[in-house]
Amino acid sequence: MEFLKYALPNGLEVVAECNGAAYSSAMGFFVKTGSRDEIAALAGVSHFLEHMVFKGTARRSADDVNREFDEMGAHYNAYTNEENTVFYAAVLPEYQDRAVDLLADILRPALREDDFHTEKKVILEEIQMYEDQPPFGADDKCRALYYGAHPLGQSVLGTAESIAALSAAAMRDYFRRRYSPGNIVLAAAGCVDFDALVAVAERCCGDWQPEVTSRKIEPVAASDGFRVLRKEKASQQYVLQLAAGPAAEDADRYAAKLLTMVLGDDSGSRLYWELVDPGLAETAVMSHGEHQGAGLLMTYMSCEPQQVADNLRRIHKLFCQVEADGITAAELEPAKSKIRSRIVLSSERPRGRMFNLGNDWVYRREYRPVEADMEAIAAVSVDELVAVLAKYPLSRPTMVTIGPLAEVPQPDE
Amino acid sequence: MKHPIFSHTYPNGLVLLAEPMNWLQSAAFTFLVPAGCAHDPAELAGLSSFACEMALRGAGDRDSHQFILDLDNLGVDRSESVSTAHTSYSGATVAENLSAALAIYADVLRRPHLPEDQLEASRLAMLQELRAVEDEPAQKVMIELRRQHYPEPWGRSAQGEQKALEATTIRDIRPQIERCYRPNGAIVGVAGRLDWPRLLDLVGELLGDWAPGPPLAIAESPAAGRYQHLAHDSQQTQIGIAYDAVPYRHPDYYQAFGAVGVLSGGMSARLFTEVRERRGLCYSVYATLNTLLDRGAVFCYAGTGAERAQQTLDVTLGELRRMVQGIEDHELDRLKARIKSALVMQQEMSSARSSSLARDWYHLGRARTLDEVSGLIDGLSSRTINAYLAEHPPAEFTVVTLGSRPLEVPCGVS
Repeated sequence: MEFLKYALPNGLEVVAECNGAAYSSAMGFFVKTGSRDEIAALAGVSHFLEHMVFKGTARRSADDVNREFDEMGAHYNAYTNEENTVFYAAVLPEYQDRAVDLLADILRPALREDDFHTEKKVILEEIQMYEDQPPFGADDKCRALYYGAHPLGQSVLGTAESIAALSAAAMRDYFRRRYSPGNIVLAAAGCVDFDALVAVAERCCGDWQPEVTSRKIEPVAASDGFRVLRKEKASQQYVLQLAAGPAAEDADRYAAKLLTMVLGDDSGSRLYWELVDPGLAETAVMSHGEHQGAGLLMTYMSCEPQQVADNLRRIHKLFCQVEADGITAAELEPAKSKIRSRIVLSSERPRGRMFNLGNDWVYRREYRPVEADMEAIAAVSVDELVAVLAKYPLSRPTMVTIGPLAEVPQPDE
Repeated sequence: MKHPIFSHTYPNGLVLLAEPMNWLQSAAFTFLVPAGCAHDPAELAGLSSFACEMALRGAGDRDSHQFILDLDNLGVDRSESVSTAHTSYSGATVAENLSAALAIYADVLRRPHLPEDQLEASRLAMLQELRAVEDEPAQKVMIELRRQHYPEPWGRSAQGEQKALEATTIRDIRPQIERCYRPNGAIVGVAGRLDWPRLLDLVGELLGDWAPGPPLAIAESPAAGRYQHLAHDSQQTQIGIAYDAVPYRHPDYYQAFGAVGVLSGGMSARLFTEVRERRGLCYSVYATLNTLLDRGAVFCYAGTGAERAQQTLDVTLGELRRMVQGIEDHELDRLKARIKSALVMQQEMSSARSSSLARDWYHLGRARTLDEVSGLIDGLSSRTINAYLAEHPPAEFTVVTLGSRPLEVPCGVS
């Protein structure tokens, strides 16, 4: 296992973890742009642009792009979140050069007017699809409530209105400003020939013109609001809670992950025994989300509508209790075992390593081998979890509930 | 990909299959027991799922807390599911914890506590899952499609029905487990870093003296078929289309698999290209080949806005009908590349292999190596697939829609 890196003169960085014994290679272009980089008039443009990237380039039609990925037998896709737009492929090692060439080429998309209008319909369908399935857009609403005017509160999908109003010209301008080589990292893992990787990157990306890109990292002034949204035809009631947590660059992020595992893993956690095992909730889970300069401790619960008030009281009481009494070593050990085993399982696939490698580089400009993550998890103490709880209390979250109920009492009243 | 697969049938009928993948740090296992929902009495639909839920609430010398705690300490990433034919318990973890994990699951299969004081909790969990599906239209339409297309009991949803779940007692669950949790008809697949002789002994110690049960019989009744619309207050209309195909054990299975791959494997496949890419009619459209022991079906899905649902149905049906005109070599070449790379990448996932081993044995009475599957894929040609399509043209469609209003399903479809 060898880590190698290289920077092109125009600023594009290449990082790779090379493992000659791997069966496949995975590579991804991480573009450091997402919904937090959008102004209101462009809401949803990053995600829409991600779709448009597959619609062809100067030398390839949209059909060519899909056909060529499939000819390699590539497992490929893309995703957009608040901070990154990532295009990736996993292929057999013999296709490494072709896959990188294709990914690089589509990152200079043609953005043709007629494709733009066809794809707009697909985006509008995607928005409708999420409105029809749990939590019916309440996740976006909860983030908007928590972040207020902060850009991290902006929706990744945008709205039907913002997408309808978006023009191809505005997207082209956004593309030019954000898809600058200095704002992009190419990460690769598995059976990677690094010299060849750099050679293809030089050939395909070397002439990309740099633009000055920046992202404002403003402090978050979180609200602790509570909203009840009505969705009369829903069967179940859904609840989202957001509280502050360690950011991507914070050392206590490992403790935060273990904390959410102890309190809210889908099996064996405090929330599991309190709500799921007795059948009071269908789901009750926690997770830690990390962004640049901000982090979140998230709780998600779904249950029968008539049970929601009681469940919210139980969650509130559980959080107050853990803030007062902390957790025990007997709870921390199984949480560590679970995380270590999940790291082993995901790292066996090059694509799993590629995502870790890319995110570590995008957020922290550091290479972390699997062993470093394993050691970091092993080293976390009960006191560190307690310190996270003291710094980031859970008992006064921002909360949104959606479902058939018109009213839901706030749990601490 | 020349990795051996070991198999052994114990005197009580239990089958153990193993594929050593010693380049991995992990090991994964899949237990299949013949407790599928096809064995649920009609008035107790959901009984097998209920039994599975209860079986995880303590077994052997562990109560429900100790059971979960011990699996967590072993880092077992676990899942359970109930199909028409089986209840499946599977898990993956670091290889050194495999033996201890298998021992815990041997208790689940043979010595579950089935604590009556947790029956109500278990029932609440089951009912919630059933309610949750009402909020997932894309899932609901496919459940209904299967129910319409396959004869009863093969079209059933394992989740059961509300009234049946409300009526189920511990006196229903205990005999169900006694009847269906048994070594004859049970299959254990293990893959990853493992030592075959040791595994063979261990499973023999854990399950070798498990007493077999009498044969299980199933009575079939015909499928409803045709068109059904379910009214649902939603933005999108969900469309499900089904038609018959050959099962996994059929010599032509890979021809059917190839044909469905041309329709829906990768983004250059026909449905994605024609329905989404060219016309922008939907975000999600796919077709998948489903197999039972003695019959199979292709299930297609598309979800789209109500005003364009009719066009989506028409275009999708048009693509299905066009299949009989044949596929082309370049379509098959891409499909082969995709399957080949997927086969190679299976070597990076112990859990993918453990479930394939168990599934293969159920359908074929043997497990195929990755090499053998690779050879079968090499043997596909547009000529062989087109011959299959000529003999089994997509027709006699079962259609289910879910949304604000029904669609026109053209004559001659059903």
